[in-house]
Amino acid sequence: MMALLKRDLAIATRSGGAAMLGVLFFLAVVAVIPFGIGPDLNLLSRIGPAILWIGALLASLLGLDRLFQADREDGSLDMLVMQDWFGLVATVFVKSLAHWLATGLPLVLAAPLLGLLMNMTALSTGAVMLTLLAGTPAISFIGAVGAAIAVALPRGGLLVSILVLPLAIPILIFGVSASYAAVTDPDPFLPPFMILSAITLFFAALGPVAAAAALKGASD
Amino acid sequence: MSDTTASQGWFTSLANPTRFLALSGRVLPYLAAAAVITSVIGLYMSFTAPEDYQQGITVRIMFIHVPAAWLAMMCYSVMAVASIGTLVWRHPLADVAAKSALPIGAAFTFLSLLTGSLWGRPMWGTWWVWDARLTSVFVLLLMYLGLMALHKAMDDPARAARPAAVLTLVGFINIPIIKFSVDWWNTLHQPASVIRLDGPTIHASMLYPLLVMAIAYTLIFFTLHFMAMRNEIWRRRVAAMRRQAAQSIGGETRP
Repeated sequence: MMALLKRDLAIATRSGGAAMLGVLFFLAVVAVIPFGIGPDLNLLSRIGPAILWIGALLASLLGLDRLFQADREDGSLDMLVMQDWFGLVATVFVKSLAHWLATGLPLVLAAPLLGLLMNMTALSTGAVMLTLLAGTPAISFIGAVGAAIAVALPRGGLLVSILVLPLAIPILIFGVSASYAAVTDPDPFLPPFMILSAITLFFAALGPVAAAAALKGASD
Repeated sequence: MSDTTASQGWFTSLANPTRFLALSGRVLPYLAAAAVITSVIGLYMSFTAPEDYQQGITVRIMFIHVPAAWLAMMCYSVMAVASIGTLVWRHPLADVAAKSALPIGAAFTFLSLLTGSLWGRPMWGTWWVWDARLTSVFVLLLMYLGLMALHKAMDDPARAARPAAVLTLVGFINIPIIKFSVDWWNTLHQPASVIRLDGPTIHASMLYPLLVMAIAYTLIFFTLHFMAMRNEIWRRRVAAMRRQAAQSIGGETRP
């Protein structure tokens, strides 16, 4: 399993550079916003956390369709599906984790820079980083389900986003509300943050099982 | 998996769908008649029900809106049960049931959103608010449409069955969220007033038309669902026959 993690990470960072592409997409999405709504720094600092979250959500969806597609193309997916049930679930878990390490974690690290561009305070940027750190794994785990469903399709990329986005809405809601709660005084930070963490844990349990079932179903 | 084994598996499993076709063909006329009669009674009762002292005549939208929302959730539940059937027993009819319920459920969801919006304009002063109930129903509509897109994207229904079933079950977590969204969050949408532990809180003069309309909607749903399932079975048979015919022609021409 460690070997699989290392292999997936190596693929993501070297050839094609999916990890770098995700961060660049994140940068591009966030950089487009001021052009759309005008360079009003007060407004930008107010909506900054939400923009960063939406950008991170879209960027994490970007590489999802490649999660199993590359393995399917070189045939190693069949080998992975042939193991027993728990092995397959564990494999999907590790692959989702690798996907998060390769695309989600760089987004978290890139968030402070973009927070600077959005004229956000240090506290607000820290809150966004913390909620992204807690919330983006959920996108990778639930995204694995979409990726597993669309693996057999030739142009599954768009379909994965359409299928996963409705399920990712709770992550966005609680991520953004926790980020705002950290800045605005009367709202408590902890409850939405706890719910966000709970969603991540729930999807970490549900996602690999559902994705494994879909992979098994697609292969036979 | 070669194509021949797939079509053979399909033909051996036809025994059960055939029985379903015969049975549903016999039940369907009565079901459709019952649906029409209850709809007429329900609509008559809805239009003769007293007007609300605050809402005036707009309260009649509720008789269309509330059953549509109930049926939107029930349809998804039916699909979830059918999906369990697909995943656990690999029942071919279960997949047909889940797939043919999709457009009906999407239509009911859209109807409830539309009528709710029409009611919200005079009552709340806005067509749409992003409160928990409305948003979760909107997510339900998105999931119906996403599942339909998934079925469209795969040409072989047998291979679309299990991935779609997995997605349906994952999306089922939305149904309790819709049901309890009005209790968990403070929403503009009013809390449950019919199905609650201490009995319904609306007056009988409005409750009875509502319940009759709910029964009518349920009958309409099952009528449409049976018809859609029959169509889907016939469609798959035609596809299997075409494949068979194409294969036999290919076998003759090739040496």
